[in-house]
Amino acid sequence: MRVLKAGQKLKSSVCDTQVMVIKPIPGEHDLRCGGASMIEMADTASGTLDPAHAQGTLLGKRYVNADESLELLCVKSGVGSLSLDNMALAVKQPKALPSSD
Amino acid sequence: MNIVTLLEMAADAFPERTAITCEGRSLSYGELLAAARRAAAAIRATDVRFVGYLAVASPAAAVALFGSAIAGIPYVPLNYRLTGEELAALIGRITPCLLVADPDYASAIALPESVRTIGRAAFLAAAFDPAGPMPDEVPGEAIAVQLFTSGTTGQPKAAILRHENLFSYIVGSVEFAAAEEESATLVSVPPYHVAGVSALLSSVYAGRRIVQLPNFDVAEWLRLCRAEHVTNAFVVPTMLSRIVDHLDAAGRRVDLPALRSIAYGGGRMPLPVIERAMAHFPDVDFTNAYGLTETSSTICLLGPEDHRDAAASADPLIRRRLASVGRSLPTVEIEVRDDAGRTLGAGEIGRILVRGPQVAGEYGGLGSLLDAEGWFDTRDRGFLDAGGYLFLDGRADDVIVRGGENISPGEVEEVLLSHPAVSDAAVIGIPDNDWGEGIAAAVVMRDLTVEPAVLQAWVRDRLRSSRVPQQIRFVDALPYNEMGKLLRRLVRAEFAGA
Repeated sequence: MRVLKAGQKLKSSVCDTQVMVIKPIPGEHDLRCGGASMIEMADTASGTLDPAHAQGTLLGKRYVNADESLELLCVKSGVGSLSLDNMALAVKQPKALPSSD
Repeated sequence: MNIVTLLEMAADAFPERTAITCEGRSLSYGELLAAARRAAAAIRATDVRFVGYLAVASPAAAVALFGSAIAGIPYVPLNYRLTGEELAALIGRITPCLLVADPDYASAIALPESVRTIGRAAFLAAAFDPAGPMPDEVPGEAIAVQLFTSGTTGQPKAAILRHENLFSYIVGSVEFAAAEEESATLVSVPPYHVAGVSALLSSVYAGRRIVQLPNFDVAEWLRLCRAEHVTNAFVVPTMLSRIVDHLDAAGRRVDLPALRSIAYGGGRMPLPVIERAMAHFPDVDFTNAYGLTETSSTICLLGPEDHRDAAASADPLIRRRLASVGRSLPTVEIEVRDDAGRTLGAGEIGRILVRGPQVAGEYGGLGSLLDAEGWFDTRDRGFLDAGGYLFLDGRADDVIVRGGENISPGEVEEVLLSHPAVSDAAVIGIPDNDWGEGIAAAVVMRDLTVEPAVLQAWVRDRLRSSRVPQQIRFVDALPYNEMGKLLRRLVRAEFAGA
């Protein structure tokens, strides 16, 4: 369980996945990747990937929970998949905006 | 958050893809990231507080931007068109600094001792030296970019953009790696303009190759569009106006088969210019982007569909949207308020306020100008229509208050410009003992046989008598800066000096 902060970077403890918190959900939550709790960038990875949580993460995709109260940006992809409080996170569909600069 | 993450992601996804082309030389995302890391080591070794960039657009600007971000030091691109004296004053505000400069610009300035100058070529050479160390980023909520505003009304202010502002803007408005590999964007705005900074960031994040044009020129712009198979371009209204004039004079269809989209912003787009541009480029998507330095660039967009719908509509309320700046980005809120702070409804003119994570609203020495709820007063005036389209109506600071009545200079300028003898006009307030402020106009004439009294009658017939300029002066040209912004303070000084 941890409190998430906007701009915070976290990494998976069982694969290469790294995420940045774009929109933090208030309160303490259990954020996992590959079935294991995500850890601080400075921490050492340990543990093994849970095959039930191995759909992979995609670089540059934004991941949200059901009501989109949490939004993460995948800044490095990996083989694990993301979950919050035991619910899988889904890829947020991009809004098509024209290029403006 | 650190903007270098945007580049790291691109270098991770497509390290070999070309990131920047300039003067025939190309640089991949992998090379750009490695160069930025080495530049960061060089920056940190100098123990400075700022990195200044006094040079034309080049890959060195991107290396300095991302290198400064890794080093955790603000990047400050400077306007090389200012005088040596003006630049010395600005650089004096960012000491101690490492100044990456074109030698011609740096030699014309009396620099303080705490400024270490490095030539643009030497800076790049060090960044490409394979023996150079490549440190990781410095963590923290540092300032990413500091931009001096153009100071059209007074002294330049140092607008501060934090990593979180720029990062939020890019992630909120650009989809990662959305550009096709063959797409290329032609960047003609100078590196010291916020659009020059955001163009680098959004193109890197989209994976779109940047083609830099250091000094805008219509023939060179057209040549680069063809030679580099440019798909996207960003221009300021003055540039589009010159492109359209050139095409009108050439009298034939322009052939730029790769070009798919033109975005414009940075100033008011005259309706005839965009209408002519759409006629010259019927297959091109036009996007109007409205934003401020203090908002990390774009906050409103008038998209390609909006342009086509407005141009094709018989409904005047839809048709006029071609002159609007479109609707706010999904990540940005916009409100129009009166001087007492009340939120106004559709069609009511007031001050434009904006809120969102990309809105910085912070100045060096002044701190944050956001209110308690996070709103930033743009000091632009305008109104929202029933569909949420924003129309601009000049700067709050330019409003003339005559006998308690608010008069927007733009309204009078538009009427003067509609007279066939007038080619350009600027309206300002002048001190008046009876009314507090009176109206004066500096006018550039096509036909000098037309008397000021004729123009006064022209305005009186079309607007109320309170809108008639009491002083009209004929001038050869109006003072604009290089981005096409009218320098009203110089027009005011002209009248004050008379």
